[in-house]
Amino acid sequence: MVIERRWKKWVYFYIPLTLFVIGTLFPFYWMFVTAIRPDAELYRSWRAATNTPFWTLQPTLDHFRDLLEKTTFPQWLWNTFFIACVSTVISLFCGLLAGYALARLKFPMAGMLGTSIFVTYLVPPTLLFIPLADIIRSFQLGNTPWALILTYPTFLIPFSTWLLMGYFKTIPKELEECARIDGATRFGAMIRIIFPIAVPGILSAGIFAFTLSWNEFIYALVFLSSPEKKTVPVGVVSELIRGDIYFWGQLMAGALLGSIPVALVYSFFVEYYVTGLTGSVKG
Amino acid sequence: MAQVLMKDLNKKYDEVHAVKDVNLHIRDKEFIVLVGPSGCGKTTTLRMLAGLEEITAGEIHIGDRLVNDLPPKDRDIAMVFQNYALYPHMTVYDNMAFGLKMRKFPRAEIEQRVRDAAQLLGIQELLKRKPRQLSGGQRQRVAVGRAIVRHPQVFLFDEPLSNLDAKLRVQMRVELKKLHNRLETTAVYVTHDQVEAMTLGDRVVVMKDGWIQQVGEPLELYAHPVNKFVAGFIGSPAMNFADVTINDTGGVVTAESQGLRLQVPPAKAGALRAYKGQSVAFGVRPEDVHIATGADPAGLTFDAVVEVVEPLGSEILLDVRAGSSTTTIVARVEPTVRSKVKDSIKLAVNPERLHFFDPKTEQAI
Repeated sequence: MVIERRWKKWVYFYIPLTLFVIGTLFPFYWMFVTAIRPDAELYRSWRAATNTPFWTLQPTLDHFRDLLEKTTFPQWLWNTFFIACVSTVISLFCGLLAGYALARLKFPMAGMLGTSIFVTYLVPPTLLFIPLADIIRSFQLGNTPWALILTYPTFLIPFSTWLLMGYFKTIPKELEECARIDGATRFGAMIRIIFPIAVPGILSAGIFAFTLSWNEFIYALVFLSSPEKKTVPVGVVSELIRGDIYFWGQLMAGALLGSIPVALVYSFFVEYYVTGLTGSVKG
Repeated sequence: MAQVLMKDLNKKYDEVHAVKDVNLHIRDKEFIVLVGPSGCGKTTTLRMLAGLEEITAGEIHIGDRLVNDLPPKDRDIAMVFQNYALYPHMTVYDNMAFGLKMRKFPRAEIEQRVRDAAQLLGIQELLKRKPRQLSGGQRQRVAVGRAIVRHPQVFLFDEPLSNLDAKLRVQMRVELKKLHNRLETTAVYVTHDQVEAMTLGDRVVVMKDGWIQQVGEPLELYAHPVNKFVAGFIGSPAMNFADVTINDTGGVVTAESQGLRLQVPPAKAGALRAYKGQSVAFGVRPEDVHIATGADPAGLTFDAVVEVVEPLGSEILLDVRAGSSTTTIVARVEPTVRSKVKDSIKLAVNPERLHFFDPKTEQAI
């Protein structure tokens, strides 16, 4: 065992870790403090004698109340949730089948197909939204949730296909062969053996897909126009900044509420999520 | 229970011809072992029998059915894999019951069969555990149990003992043999370990480069290898080989190399006379070389210098150099022999157990 000097542990471990944690969590803290700060404190001068930028002595829930009662924020939450769930389910379904096929079946051009799926993922959405907008208009889907539900899979499917393909490859193929000898068809072995073992991989693909669609901005901004149809990321910035007036309290309250579902999803599945990204299965 | 018949079986991958013209008749209730170095086609043959690899050409019959186009599940076989392939998300019980559930057996019968198999293998206490909570030997038993509950026509084993430590491997080997004696199910067993092959097989199939080299009972392979490869592959320590020149002086056929001059016994002399003046490969097993006594005729002895002494307890292996030659010969001698390194000794060979191989075809002469 190596005995290290205590100061070394501080210099190389505790201090950098503390800085990192502060750097990561401070924006959230700022968001929280701003959300509960009364307007009087928010809009006074920085040089005011009573200014306390890092905390507040009169916490209030006014901004949350205004947000939930005076804006369509609850509707945005529901929109975002609905769109994220449906597009995640679609993408997972396609990703599972495609990932399995690419990992296990031998067919001509399989390797090239895998690579080209990945390349699709690399096309930036900032370019892709232009042709997509045309398609959305032709199908008259503009300003409906389906505009997003059908466009999000364009980047979610390649992503989950790749993640799941990698995961399937770590599962020994003997498991499946054994199931096929034991009496299952190829499809049966996939459903009964491979998918249950791949649950960590499927969950992390699902979490990723859900988060990506929850936070997505460009497509939501372009394809939706009426305030009551918007998603949280777009609604908060487009409806709570009027002209050049920033409703800081409501903005931050909206951002806070918008990030809670994602944080919940992550904290519930964090263990699966880690094994999904790193892990394989030992028979 | 069924016989298995392979007819002109071939497997070609894009560039590799992995299995070549395999013809094999596995009898009902027989335990047959496919053995050979890695890449010899033994596993591919087994996987074709299981239905996990397509057959490029040829036929496989299980019982009286042609199974070429049957999916694995309809071939009525069970397979034990090298890495056990236990389903990690299922308990031991569910692992063993899986095949029966897939075949829609009644619940009571599944329960009965799993309990019977578990008892046979001594794993009753493990039925509720998950595979990751088991040791290597226990996993191996579960994998075997999963195969036997199905009462299949044929068992397939793909190097099932390779992942176990040496002691456990010997133990499981004995258990597998007992199990086979009891169940009397036809079994095909693939291994690269010739000891496993010899001890388990009713018959052993030696393969190399996709070809079957020889099929026979273990002792027959050992005593009468058809070619140099089989001779060298079967037996540990391996057979000693030396290149010798055949001479015929006045009706006495001798095999000579530097430091070695052996009189060929009459039984082999006839065939070897045709190689007069030519070089052939000479082989003798370590246990057929012993310290010479007065009873050994001069034509069967040679002088040697001890290079390495390997005492194994029950026997001693002497690595010796014959005269001035460069060939090392291993002799398996009694544990009472007290030879030291650099000792000069006189050794004799057992005349009935000498092997000669054609220099080109490597076939036994």
